[in-house]
Amino acid sequence: MPSTANALNLRPPESAPAAAAPVVEVAGLRKYFPLKKGLLRRTAGYVRAVDDVSFAIARGETLGLVGESGCGKSTVARTLMRLIEPTAGSIKINGQDVTRLGKRALRPHRRQMQIIFQDPFSSLNPRMTAGDIVGEPLKIHGLTQSRARHERVAELFEQVGLRAQQINSFPHQFSGGQRQRICIARALALSPQLIVADEPVSALDVSIQAQVINLMMDLQRQKQLSYLFIAHDLAVVEHISHRVAVMYLGRIVEYADKATLFTDPRHPYTEALLAAVPVPNPRIARKKLLLPGDVPSPVNPPPGCSFHTRCPYAEARCRIERPLLREVAPGHHVACHLR
Amino acid sequence: MSTVDFRAELAKAGANVDSRWSALAFFARRYPLGAIGAAIMALFVFAAIFAPLITLYDPLTTNASLSLARPSAAHWLGCDFMGRDVYSRIVYGARISLAVGIGATLLGGGIGVLIGLSSGYFGGWLDLAAQRLIDILQSLPLIVMALLMAASLGPSLHNTIIAISIALIPSSARVVRASTLSLRELQFVEAARAIGMSEVRIAVRHVLPNTLAPLIVLGTAQLGATILIEATLSFLGLGVPEPHPSWGRMLSESAAEYVRTAPWLVIFPGLAISAVVFGTNLLGDAVRDILDPRQRG
Repeated sequence: MPSTANALNLRPPESAPAAAAPVVEVAGLRKYFPLKKGLLRRTAGYVRAVDDVSFAIARGETLGLVGESGCGKSTVARTLMRLIEPTAGSIKINGQDVTRLGKRALRPHRRQMQIIFQDPFSSLNPRMTAGDIVGEPLKIHGLTQSRARHERVAELFEQVGLRAQQINSFPHQFSGGQRQRICIARALALSPQLIVADEPVSALDVSIQAQVINLMMDLQRQKQLSYLFIAHDLAVVEHISHRVAVMYLGRIVEYADKATLFTDPRHPYTEALLAAVPVPNPRIARKKLLLPGDVPSPVNPPPGCSFHTRCPYAEARCRIERPLLREVAPGHHVACHLR
Repeated sequence: MSTVDFRAELAKAGANVDSRWSALAFFARRYPLGAIGAAIMALFVFAAIFAPLITLYDPLTTNASLSLARPSAAHWLGCDFMGRDVYSRIVYGARISLAVGIGATLLGGGIGVLIGLSSGYFGGWLDLAAQRLIDILQSLPLIVMALLMAASLGPSLHNTIIAISIALIPSSARVVRASTLSLRELQFVEAARAIGMSEVRIAVRHVLPNTLAPLIVLGTAQLGATILIEATLSFLGLGVPEPHPSWGRMLSESAAEYVRTAPWLVIFPGLAISAVVFGTNLLGDAVRDILDPRQRG
């Protein structure tokens, strides 16, 4: 069979996307934070913030990562950026494994991935001008000539919709949305392929959220950027993402392309999340799906399926055996025994 | 740290400036108290530099016939027990007091910043070791610490500066460490790491400038304290040795014996010390505001 298939598939179909290596490939990523106790700082246990997370993002694609507070979304972002060291797993940028690279060896790869943070107030140094902030990555990566750097900074300002006159202003002179634009400009400075956006609009007013999201989508089209877009606001994620992964207690419980996930959620947790999204029409009757209880502690996650403590459908098996992610339909992965 | 484009800043603040002098005038209008502080300090610096030109008598020459002379047209601020002109001694004393004050504050503050920044930013065993060292230094009162150091180093101008600066290390180290601990968790530090900046560079460029505000306030307060400590050390014979004029010793020598009979021996050196302390505090507050972009508006 393989030989005939090969013979028939000499040329890939025209419509298929270029099957290039994904921009980023994460496999089996884990981050356990040790819990130190007592006078001798013994390790008493671990917070399993991220527990066996795998995903890949293609060029020009946005992967939305959703889940409630404390489920490990931000830890995924920080570990991926190598801002904190992964406990296990591998991170590949353009096919190159950067998981264990030292600081110096990592530096050239940093150009490929940049991060935008949630809080546009603490992510800009109050004592530097906007221009210096945006120009700093250029300086670090060898664009030391100040004239050339200034030109590039002005270009970046224009791309993110800031005025060139604002280059010498300080962060406190900008609004929240403008500050987030500065953060985006800083992230774009090195022309990265991947931008990790850790709740980039959660701290902004709703009207400003739309502007920033649209800016990010425009930039993606122009530059073929890949995004890992982290949020807890499902409407925002639905708007910007191509594929969506749902996290619960440090694990991905479901992941599929956007349309499938939002119309045909398989995991009970995803169902509950979607049911909680407000619909701006009071006449539409909605299925009420309130989850009882709180997220269990990641220090001591429940055995079996970590969601069974709150799952309305949980069975005996769920309390014992951990469900693995499996493909229930092409491209649709769910970690649930029942679906 | 950002290089501040004062021209642009001034223009934005509505200043119509075309020269250095009008820029200075603008700052003076905007920070009147700071201008007063700067004027006081300028006066003392001027006195220290041009001491021989603005005094009539040698500060070291004794004259028994003028012992405890009252202030007069010839000796404006009177004479001390040994008949030395008090005005001349105060003017020459400015050299010593400013050298000790500024020298010890900068030296102690610099070492304190280095310890505080590295221990706060890098943490771990370095922090542990540095903080225990600081604990030991701080377990003794400032003055006792300075005494201890001065006694082991021996009396001279250099040793006085070193002794006092060691006593000043703990407070600036603590202040810098405290702000560093909160600053290093901020996202602009993480953003700097994400662009591949080295840790040392992050500490110096992103963390240090943001610790300046409390440090400047502390530094100006310490400058005053330094002059007072020098006074005490000199009084005990551990500071600047006789016969060099030091405000502190002039004050403390005469405070007990002559405060009733010859109050000018106490009042004028005391005024000089107060004026410098006052001036540095005013100037420090203004400098802190000028260096902070948020205050500049």
